[in-house]
Order: sequence, then C-alpha cells, then structure tokens
Amino acid sequence: MMILSANTQWVLLSTMMLGMAAGVVGCFAYWKRQSLMSDALSHAALPGVVAGFAVLGTKSLPFMLGGAALSALLGALFIQWIRTSSRVKEDAAMGIVLSVFFGLGIMLLTLANRLPGGQQSGLDSFIFGQSASMVRQDVYTMLGVTLLVLIVTLVAWKEWKLFLFDPQFGGGLGLSGRVMNLLYMVLLVLVIVIGIQAAGVILMAALLIMPGVSARYWTHSYGGMIGLAALFGGASGAVGTLVSASGNGWPTGPFIVLTASVLFVISLTLGTSKGLLVMLLQHRAQRAALTKQHTHPAHETVERGG
Amino acid sequence: MDRVLSVEQLNASYRKNKVLDNVSFEVLPGTLTAIVGPNGAGKSTLLKAILDLHPRLSGVVSCFGSPYAQVKSRIGYVPQRGSVDWDFPTNALDVVMMGLYGKIGWLKWPKRKHRELALAALEEMGLGNYADRQISQLSGGQQQRVFLARALVQDADLYFLDEPLAGVDAATEKVIMDTLNTLKNKGRTVMVVHHDLQTVEEYFDHVLMLNRTVIAHGKTADTFNQANIMRTYGGSLRWMGDRLG
Repeated sequence: MMILSANTQWVLLSTMMLGMAAGVVGCFAYWKRQSLMSDALSHAALPGVVAGFAVLGTKSLPFMLGGAALSALLGALFIQWIRTSSRVKEDAAMGIVLSVFFGLGIMLLTLANRLPGGQQSGLDSFIFGQSASMVRQDVYTMLGVTLLVLIVTLVAWKEWKLFLFDPQFGGGLGLSGRVMNLLYMVLLVLVIVIGIQAAGVILMAALLIMPGVSARYWTHSYGGMIGLAALFGGASGAVGTLVSASGNGWPTGPFIVLTASVLFVISLTLGTSKGLLVMLLQHRAQRAALTKQHTHPAHETVERGG
Repeated sequence: MDRVLSVEQLNASYRKNKVLDNVSFEVLPGTLTAIVGPNGAGKSTLLKAILDLHPRLSGVVSCFGSPYAQVKSRIGYVPQRGSVDWDFPTNALDVVMMGLYGKIGWLKWPKRKHRELALAALEEMGLGNYADRQISQLSGGQQQRVFLARALVQDADLYFLDEPLAGVDAATEKVIMDTLNTLKNKGRTVMVVHHDLQTVEEYFDHVLMLNRTVIAHGKTADTFNQANIMRTYGGSLRWMGDRLG
C-alpha cells in the first residue's frame, strides 16, 4: 500500500477532477464531430504558455495559463477563418493550425530556455505534462474550473442536448447557436488550459476524446454517456497520476492516456450497448434462431447447433 | 384576410452564389402549401432564411404581422431528417420533448405534464410503444414521425416542414399527410418543401413554385399547370406533358 504525501493527495484529486471535466466537455466535442478540434487547440496553447513566461521572465502560472487560453482561442479563430474564407476544409485547417502553433511553441521554448532562469522554469513539463510540478494554487484553479464546467453542464442540461442534437431546430425555438458555440468553445479552452500542466499539450486531447468515445459503448442515453465519460476521465486522471507519482520524474500525460486507452479497449470489446462481444453474441443468437427455424420443416436437415 | 406570412424582396446567397433572388409572396391562414422546384432552387434556404437560420442579404419577413423574432413561439419547424445524427444517444420521447423546450422555459427542467404531452404526440403518430426506443433503432419513416411529433407538441400556428415525405414508406406518408390535413382543418397554416410533383395536386391546396425566385404561387388548381412547371424546371420534365396536357 502506497502512502501518499498530502501534496500528492491534492494533485490526485485535481487530476481526477480534470479528467471528469475533460470527459464531459469531450462528449460535447464528440457530438459536434470536433474531436480533432480539441487536439488542435491543445497544441495551439503551447506558444501562449511560453509567451506568458517570457513576459515576466519568471514562472507565473496565471500569466502562462492566460497566454495558453489566448493562443488556443487564436488557434480556434484561425481555424474558423481558414474554413470560411478559403476552400480549405476544416480538417485541413485544424492540421495547419495544430502544426504551425506547435512548431512556433517549440521554437519559443528553445529561445526561452536560453533566458536566465529559463532552464529551471519547468516549461518542458507542459509538453508531456508533469503533475508533480503542481502546487496548491494550481490545484485550487483546477478544482474551480472543473466545478464551473460541471455546473454549466447541469444548469443548461436540456439546452446542451438540443444544441448538440439539432442546432437548427434549437435555433427555431430561439436557442442561439452562436451563444452555445461560444460557451462550448470557452469550456473547451478552459479545460485544455487547466489540463496542459498535468497532461501536456500533446496528450491533452486524448483525455478529451477517449472517455466520451469509451462511454458510448456502454449506453444509449445522453445522461448515461456524460456520467460515464466523467467517470472514465476521472479514473484515467487519478490512475495516471498515481503511476507517474510512483517513479521519479515520470511524466503524467502518457500514463493518463494509457489508462484512458485501457478503458477504451475494455469498452470496445465488452461494452454492453455497442461492444464487439455483445454484437458477436447477438449475431450468433440470430443465426442460431435462424438455424432452428430451418430445421423445423421435415425436409430440412441442418443439424448444426450454433 | 390577414396574412399569416409575408415575405418581401428576400435575397440570400450561399457562399458566392445567389440562391434567392427577390423572393416575395404572402400566405393565407388555414392553407397547406407545397414548395416545389428543382434541386438547388433554394427551397430549404428559403425556409431557413425565413426562420433566421440563414443570413438574409435583404428583405423583410413578417409572420402574423410581426417580425419573426417576436412570434417564434407560434412557429414550428421540421428540418430535413438527414440534418441530424441519429446515432445521438437519446430516445424518441426525449426528441419529442425538445419541441416543448420553449414552453418549459430555458434552463428549467421538464415536468411530468411535459412528458405526458410528448407521449400523447408520439401516440398520435402511432409510436406510443417506441417512446423508450433509442432513435438510431427507428426506421426512417419512424424517425420522420418522431420529428413531426416534436413539431406537433409545439402547438404552433404556422408550420414549416423540409421534405417530410422524402424516403418514407406509403404508410408513413399517409400518417404525415393526415396529420397535416388535421392541422389545416384546425386553421393552422402549413408550408411543406415537397419533391414529388405527382402528388402535389392530391395533397396540397396551394403551391409555391420556386427556382431562385418565385415562378408561380397560388391555388394548386389554377397554378400547377404545364406552363408553370416548364418555367420552373426549365423543360427538363418533358414526361409531365403527357399527364398535364
């Protein structure tokens, strides 16, 4: 039995909450068919983090996260602009923004590491995530944002459902698609921003995408999918943190993602509503029933029991 | 008689192409109108432009003598069935409930009476036993009826339906047309984007023939003739000549 320091317990709580928030917002992205958008925006956050550091010359989380939010939003605006003002399709626009912003971020990072104090800034940990670098203040920020995401989801429960399922009909009822889209984008960027310190800009998207996708294999209900995604996301965050804390300097992001992918594989095979095993069993049962039907008439001599 | 809907000089474009060019028409209450025209004539765009779902370049739309935004709650809309992802995790009853969201009030939770209203509408569509059914497990015709039930619970005075009869079987077609006729007989006004020219005369008392602009509009008996069909479809429908000579 591992004995956890008080700090690790706090970090554990916050990555769990982060996973829950990411699971919920990831469901929104999944239904909007924008899973890739979350990946583009997490990568797009990197230049902002470095710029936020460079402005003050010391590590100041509010500045770095503020910078992350700004550059992620800038990335979103670029994607929107490329898509509407040229013939480039959305997936290509995301690919462009993802790689250009990430490249810019790495370049800035190289420069920042040469600044006095740059080496000790812990900037590198934003790439793959390092939950051990989090302090109590970061934990409070993560808890606050997670609660905000959960509250916004619960309060506007039916509005989200309508917006995600049929925004046109919603528009006819007076639900502004523009406002809902903006709110969705704000939630997505908030979750990315609080998540990159623990999960890293490269792997953050996996925490947004996989819990929702996994949850879909277990349920046909909207609430069920959101609840399960929160559960899977929370478990991924917590287990990933525990594993990374058991080694010295192990990054957190990869372990969070590995946990999420184990949950995904389990869901894919054993999921009760769309899982491969269930589909196989249903197919077998149908075939058996068909065989039985055929064996009833006397002239049929199919004797194979399915 | 008061106009239920009046559209004046409506212009709209899609990207670089002008889709609607100076569209003007008025609709009387208690009528059942088919909107017909070739592919790309702007039929769906017309509905969306009226409903503020597509930007208008210019033009004035008024419903019941007021701007659309002020009378939203009196207007029902049935989008094309293909416009949503039917794999979305929800059931038939939940989709029908969406028609009540305006009445329930934003940010409020539905109550038992709302569930009962939604269930009654499903039953009216012959889908009472499918309330809990995941929507991806419904047939195309059943999905269309769910959409219609969702519009019915809105209890609107003016309905817009976008191709409700596309790809549905004969039984569903009958249920839908019976429902629309019931609405009409109750004095409601219904406008339907329709693609099957053979059934226009049988199903609709008015017809709006559209090809980027209004080619003809009026009572089906006076308006739906060979000359207007040729003008709307540009002579590509030679076979209709035999029937409508």
